[in-house]
Amino acid sequence: MHALIERLIAGAPVITDGAWGTQLQALGLVSGECPDAWNLSHPEQVREVARRYVGAGSDVILTNTFRSNRIALEGYGLAEETASLNRAGVEHSRHAAAGAASVFASIGPSGKMLMTDEVTADRLADAFREQAEALAAAGPDALLIETMSDLEEALLALGAARATGLPVVVSMVFDSGKEKDRTMMGTTVEEVARALTDAGADVVGANCGLGIERYVPIGERLRRATSKPVWIKPNAGLPEIVDGHILYRTTPEQFAAHAVALRDAGVHFLGGCCGTTPDHIRALRQTVAASR
Amino acid sequence: MEDLKQLYDAILVGNNKLARETTEKALAAKVDPQELVQKYMIPAMDEVGRRYEANEYFVPELLIAARAMKASLELIRPLLIARGDSFSGRVVIGTVKGDLHDIGKNLVSAMLEGAGFEVIDLGVDVSPEKFTNAIREKNANLVAMSALLTTTMSSMKTIIDAINAAGLRSKVKVMIGGAPVTDKYASDIGADGYSSNANGAVALARKLLAA
Repeated sequence: MHALIERLIAGAPVITDGAWGTQLQALGLVSGECPDAWNLSHPEQVREVARRYVGAGSDVILTNTFRSNRIALEGYGLAEETASLNRAGVEHSRHAAAGAASVFASIGPSGKMLMTDEVTADRLADAFREQAEALAAAGPDALLIETMSDLEEALLALGAARATGLPVVVSMVFDSGKEKDRTMMGTTVEEVARALTDAGADVVGANCGLGIERYVPIGERLRRATSKPVWIKPNAGLPEIVDGHILYRTTPEQFAAHAVALRDAGVHFLGGCCGTTPDHIRALRQTVAASR
Repeated sequence: MEDLKQLYDAILVGNNKLARETTEKALAAKVDPQELVQKYMIPAMDEVGRRYEANEYFVPELLIAARAMKASLELIRPLLIARGDSFSGRVVIGTVKGDLHDIGKNLVSAMLEGAGFEVIDLGVDVSPEKFTNAIREKNANLVAMSALLTTTMSSMKTIIDAINAAGLRSKVKVMIGGAPVTDKYASDIGADGYSSNANGAVALARKLLAA
C-alpha cells in the first residue's frame, strides 16, 4: 500500500470534501460556464472553495479539474488550455490546503461513450494520460478518478493515472438495476471492485448517483469484494426542482447521521458529492470522525 | 417460415450479423418486408424494452439490440420506401443550447433508429434556429430535445417558443428528456411528452405520432 494511503487510513474514517460546482456558483459562476475555466480566470474564488472545505475539517480535498480532460474541454473550446487548467487546479488546492489536508486531484469522465464509437479507447487513454501527467507535474498527493459510469473507461483512466506513480483512487457511479447497485452499463459492485483491484487501484469507491442511505450496502459490498480501502461520496439526496432551481434536501445533520452506518461498515474515506456543502462536511467530522 | 424466428432472436441478443443475414435470406425468399418488421423485429425490440424496464437488460444490451435492428432495417427500408409504405416518423433530435451533454441524446437517437424512425441528429448546443430550420427542411413530424442541466433546461421552452413563432408547432410533436426534466415541466413549457429513459422515449414517440 502507498505510504500516504496507509498513513491516512490509520485515522479512518478519513473525511474528504463536498461539492465544488454549487460553491463556485454561489461565488458567481454562471450556469453553462465551464467551472474548471475558473482555475485561470477566477483563481481566488477557486481557492476560497478549497479553503472552505479545509476549514470544515476535510482531511482530503479535491481539485477543480473534474472536466479537464481534452475531450470534455473541447466542448467548451478549451482543449488548448488542458495542461494549464490542470496545473492551476492542483496549485489552488495545494495553496488552500497549506499542508493541513492532502490534495487528491480529480479526473472525471470524458462524457463520450466507447460503446457507441463516439470515442476510441486510444483517444480516451491519450486524454487521460495527458491530464494525469499535467496534474502529477503540479504535485498533488494522489489522483482520483471519479463519477465513472463505464468500467472500461475507468480502467483506461486508471492505467494512465498509475503511470504517474501517485496513489490512485477509482470511484464509480452505481445508479442502475433493481437495487441501484449496478453501473449504467450493468456492472455489479463486486465486478467493479475486483476489476479495479486487479488493475492496481489503491483505493476503490463509489460516488454520486444516489442519496447516502443507499450507500450503506454498497460500502459493505465493496469492503467484502476488495482488500483495498474504500472511498464513498454520496449525494445529499436526490435533486428536486423547485421554481427552476435545483434543491438537494438532505440536511448536514441527516447526512452525518447516515454516515455513521458507513463508518461502522468500515468505509475508510467519507465525503459528499452533489448537493453537499462545507456544512455537511463539518457535520460529518463532528459526528463520525474522532478528533485528531 | 421457421427461420424467421431467428431474426427475432438475433435482435433480442443483439447479433448484428445474424440479423442482417436472416433478413437477406428472408427477402431473397420473397417474404413480405412489412411482415418482417411487424411480426419479428418490433416484437423483439418490445421484448428488449421490457427486459430493460425489468432491470434484466442494461444500456449495452439496449444499444446492441438497436444496432442489430438497424442493420436489418437498412435492408428493408429501401424496399418499403420503393413501394410507398410510410415510416414511423422523422425525428429531429438535439441537446439544447448551452448544454454539451450528449450521452442521453445519443441513446435515445439509437433507440429511435432501432425502432424504425428516421433520425436527424443536430448534435449538442443546438440553437432554436437550428431546430426550426431542420424541422422545415427535413419535413420532420417529431422533435426530441435533451438537457442534463437545470440551468439549460429553460432552453427547451425557448425552442418551443421559436417553433411556435415559425408557425411549425402544428406540424410536429415535441418530446423532452434529461436528468432534471419531469412530466410537469413538459406540460409547463408546452411539450407533448416526457420520458425518463431511452426505451420509454420510443414508446412515447409512437404514442405521440399515433395520436
